[in-house]
Amino acid sequence: MKRVDIKICILRVGGTNCDAETKRSFEELGAKADIVHVNELVKRRNLAEYSALVFPGGFSYGDYVRAGAIWAKWILARLGKELEAFVDDGRPILGICNGFQVLVEAGLLPAFNGISQQPEAALASNVRGYGCRWISLKHENMGKCIFTQKVPKGKVLRMPIAHGEGRFVFPKEKEKEFLKKLYDNDQLVFRYCTGDGEYAEGRFPENPNGSFHDIAGICNPEGTVFGLMPHPERAFYWWQQPDWTSKTRMPEYCDGKLVFESLIDYLERKS
Amino acid sequence: MKYRLKIHVSLKLGHSDPEGETAARLLKELGYKVESVSVGKVYTVFLEAASRREAEQKAEEMCRRLLANPTKDDYMIAVEEMK
Repeated sequence: MKRVDIKICILRVGGTNCDAETKRSFEELGAKADIVHVNELVKRRNLAEYSALVFPGGFSYGDYVRAGAIWAKWILARLGKELEAFVDDGRPILGICNGFQVLVEAGLLPAFNGISQQPEAALASNVRGYGCRWISLKHENMGKCIFTQKVPKGKVLRMPIAHGEGRFVFPKEKEKEFLKKLYDNDQLVFRYCTGDGEYAEGRFPENPNGSFHDIAGICNPEGTVFGLMPHPERAFYWWQQPDWTSKTRMPEYCDGKLVFESLIDYLERKS
Repeated sequence: MKYRLKIHVSLKLGHSDPEGETAARLLKELGYKVESVSVGKVYTVFLEAASRREAEQKAEEMCRRLLANPTKDDYMIAVEEMK
């Protein structure tokens, strides 16, 4: 697919945010990106026209019931078949922050045995409440996740987080079994770490929310559905970084760009 | 028949409860001999159903489909017939 023919759907609903930053990130790379209200998508039934789908960050439906739960169940009720076909067709889906919560609540992640009827994980309340700051992430994926194929294994990336419910957990009795599955299927993508790349091992503030195994982002077994709590679209340009005024020279782009670039590259290579 | 469902969703044992821990800390500050606090949500649902059993089944279904995430949540359901 030519880059100019790539068309990304960025969903919007009451309470979503950073949709404009996400659109700009894709457009900077030469792809088309539409911000589409979910009601429009339901009315037009045109999800299949898009090359990839993004659930952006925010606090959809006021985070009522549980963060991401209402939007997840709503979209399954209205567009479940289309969404399932989209996933089965191998079309990529990205969930950023609240989008990650939606993908987990909808059973699209971790999706060990395909889309699950009930969530197999949860993004629970942070141990220390809402947090908004820059953190470090270590790339763990061996090459399955199409959203990080341009990121070398072990590379430390900087991105901001902004959430109150991001503590990734598995059912207590299945922690070991599910973690093994994440490794066996190459579904682990990002773990929280120190600036030097040492795993946070649950320590605050490197692990900002208390996530099990310092998990910050995972993909499905096929590597085409990816969710992460940090915001790559808020770490795209050099001037989005917190230390841009104190440094005399910085690269034009920063680490979040790699996520968008990896996706666009994958779509270009795909027939 | 009309029924009132009280659905109490709480965290499973072993899952940390930051809100409960924070409340417990302050209650101790205030002089109470509090051992622990756990926080949950109560949904009161008014519903039309053919029988108490059907109302219970619907409440179960609501928990499975929306109100609880089985990864971390437990729930209790109380059904009351409304006069």
